[in-house]
Amino acid sequence: MVCNLVSVAARVGAPRIVPARGIPYPTGDPSLSPDQERRWRRRVVQKALEVLTTPVTAPTVFPIEGADVG
Amino acid sequence: MQHDQDGIGRRLVHGRGMTRVVHYLNQFFVGQGGEDAAGSPPNRIPGPVGPGRRLQQLLGEDFEIVATVHCGDDDASGRPDAIGEILALAAEEHPDLLLIGPAFTSGRYGLACARLAAAAADAGIHALAAMHPENPGLEEAGSAPVVASGRQAREMGPSLEALARAARVVAAGDALTAADGSIGRARRRVVRASQPAAVRAVDLVLARLGGDRDRTEVPLPRFDAVTPAPPVSDLADATVALVTEGGLVPDGNPDRLESARATRWLRYPLQGLDELGSGAYRSVHGGFSTVWANADPHRIVPLDVARELEGEGAIGHLHDEYLVTAGNGTSVGNARRFGMEWAEDLRRSGARAAILTAT
Repeated sequence: MVCNLVSVAARVGAPRIVPARGIPYPTGDPSLSPDQERRWRRRVVQKALEVLTTPVTAPTVFPIEGADVG
Repeated sequence: MQHDQDGIGRRLVHGRGMTRVVHYLNQFFVGQGGEDAAGSPPNRIPGPVGPGRRLQQLLGEDFEIVATVHCGDDDASGRPDAIGEILALAAEEHPDLLLIGPAFTSGRYGLACARLAAAAADAGIHALAAMHPENPGLEEAGSAPVVASGRQAREMGPSLEALARAARVVAAGDALTAADGSIGRARRRVVRASQPAAVRAVDLVLARLGGDRDRTEVPLPRFDAVTPAPPVSDLADATVALVTEGGLVPDGNPDRLESARATRWLRYPLQGLDELGSGAYRSVHGGFSTVWANADPHRIVPLDVARELEGEGAIGHLHDEYLVTAGNGTSVGNARRFGMEWAEDLRRSGARAAILTAT
């Protein structure tokens, strides 16, 4: 699950959570240039895929490394 | 006016003093705007505003709403410092009581209201929030008092009446009970039991042995336990699906997906598509500003990069359709059904995993 309201996702039991940058754009970031945003989206989806191959036993948040930079 | 600071059972105001109230609302209910104003920062207006005027009438002359503090839903629920700033604006008015909402089933608004109630309680400010029992934010109120409201804004009248009634209870220094419409976590209180713990424990054991499975002194909260699916071992061979509650549908909304309280979900083809054209898709979700989603639908359904990763062999195959609903004030029952139907549908069509984007 890719979303911004991570605490809500964890509470309702989403097993694998990747934090997004804003509520209205789970796989985007309009503050970036189009090229940068596409790179960011690729990282989000790659992270989501990586997380799908990771075992979990309870709701777990998987932050994207270096998520502060575009 | 004398304030009593200690413990449960305190009265906020003694004698004939006026109870000073600060009311918290979102950008919509103070008339600032809808989603266009959802990013607006915390601010304060003197006196009651919007539904606060009716709340003032219901509270009567012993209460005075001295100010209304408000904030946009995106800012209040998404920016870490927002709740602290809202609380500071309220505290500057030296309220005896902070009334919050009602937030109905609104997710971001409910989350902000619940967090504000919890932060106020931590800061020693009496607070009472109102929202629907199914509001996803409720849990974050912790042990701060929350009273049940209706499901939607058209139930504002009875919801304000419930809030005003509960406000009297809290202002009188009494604990809010289920009879007052209290929802959320029960507050711990020290009471004297009629029997010592050992006697009660043995009584419970005897009751259990006698077949009574339900008697308890500590009712446990009931959460749906979701058993995480095992990891996908062979992503390079697996079919992966994109699913979303972000309300993204073809322009014109041909199947008329509801923008709120959805009762249905839909499927749209991705086969043969490398991108979702701007203008060809549109989010009909009624719970957030869809400006960014409409400008670039990949912000909700990331087809462009998913297709690219499929081409590179990172996944075996991208599922030929995406599944979509609008997760906005959706009842828990419907949401549970959507989840089960999606899982069943994906399993049947051979998808091994799904990326769910949520707003």
